[in-house]
Amino acid sequence: MLQLDRLSKHFGGVRAVDEVSLTVERGQIFGLIGPNGSGKSTTVNLVCGLFPVTSGRVLFDGEDITELPTHRRLAGGIARTFQNIRLFENLTVWQNLWVAQNGAEDRQQGFLKRWYSGNRQGRAEIEELLEFSRLHDKRDLLAGNLAFGEQRRLEMARALAAKPSFLLLDEPAAGMSQEELKQLSERIRALRERGATVLLVEHVMDLVMDITDRIAVLNFGRKIAEGTPEEIQANEDVRKAYLGGAAEQEEAASA
Amino acid sequence: MDFYLGLLQIIGVHTLLGLSAYIVLLTGQVSMAQAGFFAIGAYVAGMCTVMFGFHILPAILLASLLASLVACAVGFPALRVKGLMLVVATLAFGEIVRLFFFNVHWQVERNGAMVGPEGPEGFRRIRYFPENGWTSIDITAFIWVIVILVMLALWWMDRSRAGAVLRAVGHDETAAQSVGINLTAVKVSAMTAGGFIAGLGGSIYAHTTTHVEHLIFSVVLATFAIAYPILGGLSHVMGTLLAVVFVQVFLVEVLRFMGDWRNMLFGALIVLVMNLRPHGLLGEQPARMFDFLRSRSRREETHAAT
Ligand SMILES: Nc1ncnc2c1ncn2[C@@H]1O[C@H](COP(=O)(O)OP(=O)(O)O)[C@@H](O)[C@H]1O
Ligand SMILES: [Mg+2]
Repeated sequence: MLQLDRLSKHFGGVRAVDEVSLTVERGQIFGLIGPNGSGKSTTVNLVCGLFPVTSGRVLFDGEDITELPTHRRLAGGIARTFQNIRLFENLTVWQNLWVAQNGAEDRQQGFLKRWYSGNRQGRAEIEELLEFSRLHDKRDLLAGNLAFGEQRRLEMARALAAKPSFLLLDEPAAGMSQEELKQLSERIRALRERGATVLLVEHVMDLVMDITDRIAVLNFGRKIAEGTPEEIQANEDVRKAYLGGAAEQEEAASA
Repeated sequence: MDFYLGLLQIIGVHTLLGLSAYIVLLTGQVSMAQAGFFAIGAYVAGMCTVMFGFHILPAILLASLLASLVACAVGFPALRVKGLMLVVATLAFGEIVRLFFFNVHWQVERNGAMVGPEGPEGFRRIRYFPENGWTSIDITAFIWVIVILVMLALWWMDRSRAGAVLRAVGHDETAAQSVGINLTAVKVSAMTAGGFIAGLGGSIYAHTTTHVEHLIFSVVLATFAIAYPILGGLSHVMGTLLAVVFVQVFLVEVLRFMGDWRNMLFGALIVLVMNLRPHGLLGEQPARMFDFLRSRSRREETHAAT
């Protein structure tokens, strides 16, 4: 469904993403892991088209979308969440979803429907999303006034409002409690059941190992391994690069 | 009496000017081009009535449409840049417009007299209102009907999805793009609408003063235009009107005795207000009152739907 073909992104001298190739099949939950600064978020941004690529191609459903602007990619079914939450804090919870629906809506429908109110079906879908994200009693709060966990849920709901076929989640578990983590993995599984494909960028290993079908590992912008969760856990390079890096961080944190 | 009517007219015209900047500011763009669109409205509407004998309504409409067309054309390149660069770019555009009218010398003969813009001398005898027997009360009422219509339109837009989209873009362009919003389309639309509203203000202004010249449409006017919505805040269209009343009645009229010191005070007060009330004079409260009303009606709708 999504195919990255020798994708690179350099920021000046920094090779944030370096010749990364990978393929995500329809219906998969695909994990993308790696130490901090290894290029995961940059990869997500390239798939969404927020940066121009340095070289390489992004293919979606077999089509080359490397040059497509971000909003057109969304209309094509690619939605995302941000690592550092970026809600429309000046809008209410309800409006955040309402706005996000607009981008994906059928352009055939009338101008007024699209820009004034949206249609009935759309509103029913917002209700459903609020229910799914357990935010129905917060609908009239400004998004900026939500608690952290609620903001994360709203961000995911906002991505889902566009009814994407492909969802990019950039570290959705960051800062979550054990309880919230469990709910998150349930919600991601529920998404797959509905037919979505998910690219899960994550730092929390338990979550990734638990719910992904396949994992790719980045280190310094390069893909150093790919395989099933079991294979990745057994992989020596990954241990060295990733787990070693994590151990160093832990040491640094405890020091 | 005439003094108060004149004041009401100025407030009306400046409200239109402020609202034209308001809609652009909703998308997070600080445009200093509004005085330029205002100038286009003023000159073109004046030419229509004075030189070609148009009725006032088609003259205003034509001038405003032309202003919005120019705004649309300016919007495409200008909105590629952000922040300070946009301020500079739009400022430059405003000056170009001003210098253009500084140089326009185009007169035709009507009823035995030469009429039309005379370059640096300005455009005199835009006397549609007196020639057609409009009293000050008529003019004031006319202006306020237009102001109220524009405010209603913007208020309606504000509570529609288009309004939420504009605010989303104003808050975070990256996030807005990522939920499928076409930034260029949204920003250029806002600019075009702003151009139209500024054009309305300008064309009315030209007819109430009967004499315009390039100096009026300077950076000072552009500053006023953007200061109104900043002072009034973006929570509600009423904020801009309130800011205009505050500036025109309190700062300009009440403090008239202070002479040139007034301008300094004007700057200082804007800084003060922005510090004390970062969300504008009205603050965020009215928006919330509004949200409450809005969501209640919406909830009823959805209940009816399910
Ligand atoms: N907009 C940017 N400008 C310059 N450098 C960037 C930018 N975004 C990311 N980088 C750099 O690219 C590298 C990869 O970053 P990122 O993709 O955010 O990593 P990760 O998400 O895996 O933690 C880092 O070295 C980071 O400093
Ligand atoms: Mg990251």
